[in-house]
Amino acid sequence: MPLASTLISSVGIVTPQTAHFAAPLTLKSGAVLPAYDLVFETYGTLNADRSNAILVCHALSGNHHVAGWHAATDKNPGWWDNLIGPGKPIDTGRFFVIGVNNLGGCHGSTGPVSIDPQTGHAFGSRFPLVTVEDWVASQARLADTLDISRFAAIIGGSLGGMQVLQWSIAYPERVRHCLTIASAPKLTAQNIAFNDVARQAILTDPDFHAGDYYAHHTYPRRGLRLARMLGHITYLSDDVMGSKFGRILRAGAFNYGYDVEFEIESYLRYQGDKFADSFDANTYLLMTKALDYFDPTQHQAEPNLSAALQPAVADFLIISFTTDWRFAPERSREIVQALLDNERNVSYAEIVSNHGHDAFLMHDPHYHALIRAYMERVTT
Amino acid sequence: MRHDFQTIAAWIQPNAKVLDLGCGDGDLLKYLQEHRQARGYGVELADQHVLGCIRNGVNVIQRDLEAGLAEFASATFDYVVLSQTLQAVHHTEAILREMLRVGREGIVTFPNFGYWKNRLQVLLGNMPVSDELPYQWYDTPNVHLCTMHDFEALCAKLQITIRERIVMTAGARIHFLQNLTGSLAVYRFGNAA
Repeated sequence: MPLASTLISSVGIVTPQTAHFAAPLTLKSGAVLPAYDLVFETYGTLNADRSNAILVCHALSGNHHVAGWHAATDKNPGWWDNLIGPGKPIDTGRFFVIGVNNLGGCHGSTGPVSIDPQTGHAFGSRFPLVTVEDWVASQARLADTLDISRFAAIIGGSLGGMQVLQWSIAYPERVRHCLTIASAPKLTAQNIAFNDVARQAILTDPDFHAGDYYAHHTYPRRGLRLARMLGHITYLSDDVMGSKFGRILRAGAFNYGYDVEFEIESYLRYQGDKFADSFDANTYLLMTKALDYFDPTQHQAEPNLSAALQPAVADFLIISFTTDWRFAPERSREIVQALLDNERNVSYAEIVSNHGHDAFLMHDPHYHALIRAYMERVTT
Repeated sequence: MRHDFQTIAAWIQPNAKVLDLGCGDGDLLKYLQEHRQARGYGVELADQHVLGCIRNGVNVIQRDLEAGLAEFASATFDYVVLSQTLQAVHHTEAILREMLRVGREGIVTFPNFGYWKNRLQVLLGNMPVSDELPYQWYDTPNVHLCTMHDFEALCAKLQITIRERIVMTAGARIHFLQNLTGSLAVYRFGNAA
């Protein structure tokens, strides 16, 4: 249960809502979702001009529960609660903040785990692959139903930052400010390689049953656990792993066996277990593919990010972290350069942090001061 | 406001596109935005100054000037400003070349080491300490202090044409024996035609 002191700057107890969309959505792959649900949360109050809305786009394992608590007994608040709330850098006293679970997710929005109304069974392997473009199109429909024609800002880290970029390209007139944090314009081969190892862990798990494990009453737990353990290594820096765990042994001496010996093994297995208990393997597969596919320069004969970002008219704040090697500062600078080529208003900050990619989720005084300062200048 | 800002602002054409290197909290750019309707970006390395720029509503790109200006395409700015930073730059020649790669004209300001009070302090046996040079020799960021003559000689070597020069002491313009009586030098320059 949250301490009283943390509740002061918290949005408090929040209740998710569900929006149903009866109109079919044609996906980038050509597949059609005849109807779907999006689950979302809101914090703060939409003003009379409907001009103070902020959309928060989530990353690989995120969801709509961005801030606050679902129940007083919750162990943890929403995943970006340190950034969003009354008096926080994204001040819910001024802004109306929306968190949405993306299509294909496993936290309430229509995804592989949802029941297909045509069959009465979980979609499983029949759920189509969705892309960042599809997510943004579905988020725009959600904005329509909330009667929000233009966002004051759209914010996202990592895969969430890619959605922010896509918004600025696909709906330039619908977003005034874009905050892209620890992100990249597209994945590198190394990044795709990591994702594929993670997918292989799931796909080759005997309990996977080609994605239809729900019908077999099994669950590819080993695969998902391995996938998460691998992912977790890449979200941390060598520095932070070294300082946090080093070569510390749990029992203080070698046991000459394959049980947990080093603290880092214990930590990774714990993270893998925790994730495997709370996430859906099909969703993990699909989200990593969305990451791999995103490339605003895909249809160009000569890849040119500047040309791809030409439609964008929003003002940008781009932030990266020095020890993030999964979404390295160089990748953020590519976005900066493309925006400079288009003479857009853009600011770029490179935060000194030893927390690797995970830094974007953590509280760092300078990082949060930058977002606070930027948001204070965003009019409502 | 710093003495050199108004001089620089007077040179900037309305609606110009300006790049300010080592822009601090973005005060000059903010002034140019408000009084010259200028557009542009600051480049700054220090975290606190990057934050200051964001607070000032000025575009800022965090980067180390010594590594060049890779994000900035050639010939995309009307003016590239380096105000009171030249003396702290290690790669002096490289940054001057970069300024005229991305900009049509460069503007630099620096404390004139040839100012008589500086010369006097050296003559009396100490490194100069003054309003423009507020550091002790052991904690100064200034690694390339120069006189006006020195700077002009470097421009000649790099085939840079000086288009205008204003020299000031305590905010007042100096017209005679500038390298001796001026404490702050402000130059506007371009590539030799």
